[in-house]
Amino acid sequence: MQWLGETTLFWKILSVVLFATTWEIAGRTGFNFSFPTFLETATAFFEMVADGSMGAAYLRTAEPLLIGLAFSIVVGVSSGIAMGLRQDVEWFSLPLFIVMQAAPMSALIPLVTFVYGIGLTAKVLAVVMLALPVIAMNSYKAVRNVPPSLIAMCSSFMGSRRQQVLQIILPAASPMMFAGLRLGVAEGFSGVVLAELLITPTGIGDLITFHRSVANFAHMYATIVSIVLVAIITVGFLQWVEGKLFRPEKRSSA
Amino acid sequence: MNLALARNDIPSDRMQSTDPIIQVRGVSKTYGDVQALENIDLEFEAGHLTSLLGPSGCGKTTLLKIVAGLLAPTAGDVLVKGKPVEGPGPERAFVFQDFALMPWASVLDNAAFGLKMHGVGKAEREERARHYINEVGLTGFEGKYPHELSGGMRQRVGLARALAVNADVLLMDEPFSAVDEQTRRKFQEDLIRLREVEKKTFLFVTHSIEEAVYVSDRIVLLSPRPGRLSQIIEPQVPKDIDPDDLRRDRVYLDTVEEIWHAIKQYVE
Repeated sequence: MQWLGETTLFWKILSVVLFATTWEIAGRTGFNFSFPTFLETATAFFEMVADGSMGAAYLRTAEPLLIGLAFSIVVGVSSGIAMGLRQDVEWFSLPLFIVMQAAPMSALIPLVTFVYGIGLTAKVLAVVMLALPVIAMNSYKAVRNVPPSLIAMCSSFMGSRRQQVLQIILPAASPMMFAGLRLGVAEGFSGVVLAELLITPTGIGDLITFHRSVANFAHMYATIVSIVLVAIITVGFLQWVEGKLFRPEKRSSA
Repeated sequence: MNLALARNDIPSDRMQSTDPIIQVRGVSKTYGDVQALENIDLEFEAGHLTSLLGPSGCGKTTLLKIVAGLLAPTAGDVLVKGKPVEGPGPERAFVFQDFALMPWASVLDNAAFGLKMHGVGKAEREERARHYINEVGLTGFEGKYPHELSGGMRQRVGLARALAVNADVLLMDEPFSAVDEQTRRKFQEDLIRLREVEKKTFLFVTHSIEEAVYVSDRIVLLSPRPGRLSQIIEPQVPKDIDPDDLRRDRVYLDTVEEIWHAIKQYVE
């Protein structure tokens, strides 16, 4: 197992190296004046980290992102579970989430600015609009997809409704709920960047807009790549937390 | 074949059990406009193994679930130890066709789940679960998870869970249909041995004629669409001979043949 772990790490590093090399070569051909090389982008990244502008931007972006995600996770998971468990809640709120999930939410962001202005509320709302529906819908489907025989098993041993929900339905639904959480968090990142590009430039959105306007393309690319990496790391971290805390059966085979 | 005639095949003295633990009285069940069961009257004797046998669509699983209290009959009622069934009860335990194990829980936790629902404390339920894990031959697998076990082993966990609650009646819904033939045979032999050790009443749903004849004291034959009582057979196969000899026994083979002829007309 140790050996296998090391080889996967090797392949991961190799693919990153290949990607960086391809980027470097493409940048050096000069096919597009606004396309920096990999090394220029990396240098720009460390420059921005050193002068504090990157850190400041992330602090600023984190505020609407974290508030929005916390709200989406709490409301999304609980309303999803409620819709899965109760017919009346399902009848009442499912259509809303279906519409929200199907509608191109980014098109509604300009509308949000009309109602909520350009402040924090509008940005939080942008995150929620993108993250909430997918989290709620996945939690709902997760509850509905619990094998009926497991539920019958619980009743056959005279488990109460409470025991059925806490000891069968929620654990059985958790893998799909976590899949929804990962999607929702990724959507939340889209939401915050969209908000910062479309509503008012702050944080990461501001850094991208500013460096584009002064033709600092290496810095612009560095910012974009950094937010992509942060999103990937966050989603990966969620998966790690799920495995550590909620999936004993996956750990045992290692 | 005329169904009224078929019902006449049932000798009246066989309908009367001396010590019925379960009485099914005039049970019917309809799903929408589909009649799954029609006017079933049956008694199950304590300490016996009775099979419900019939082609698919005869309502045998529906009948078992009604006895379990997992489904309510449209008409009629079921008495267990003289008391009407209004839902699942501690005197009945169910073994599921698809095992119904919790994938996130170890073999020990799965086997102890029924006891946990009954409110038994952790130390005691784990001790009893260990005893029955041993009984079904899974010692050493307590810490494993269902996905690490074969189909046969998973059903043994399901069986241990049902045995652990110490119910009087074990309701088994095609318990061996999802395991391979070799495991199935071993299972059937184990079931016969288990029945002698545990002294429980077994209700056993199967679509395998050989299986029913091999393991049962009594076979209830149901006919499909709507599910009705067609015939009751008590295989007179010798009880105390070697399992391998039994499978070649004259009476065993004749009984299998007899049931096949009774069922054949319903199989399209």
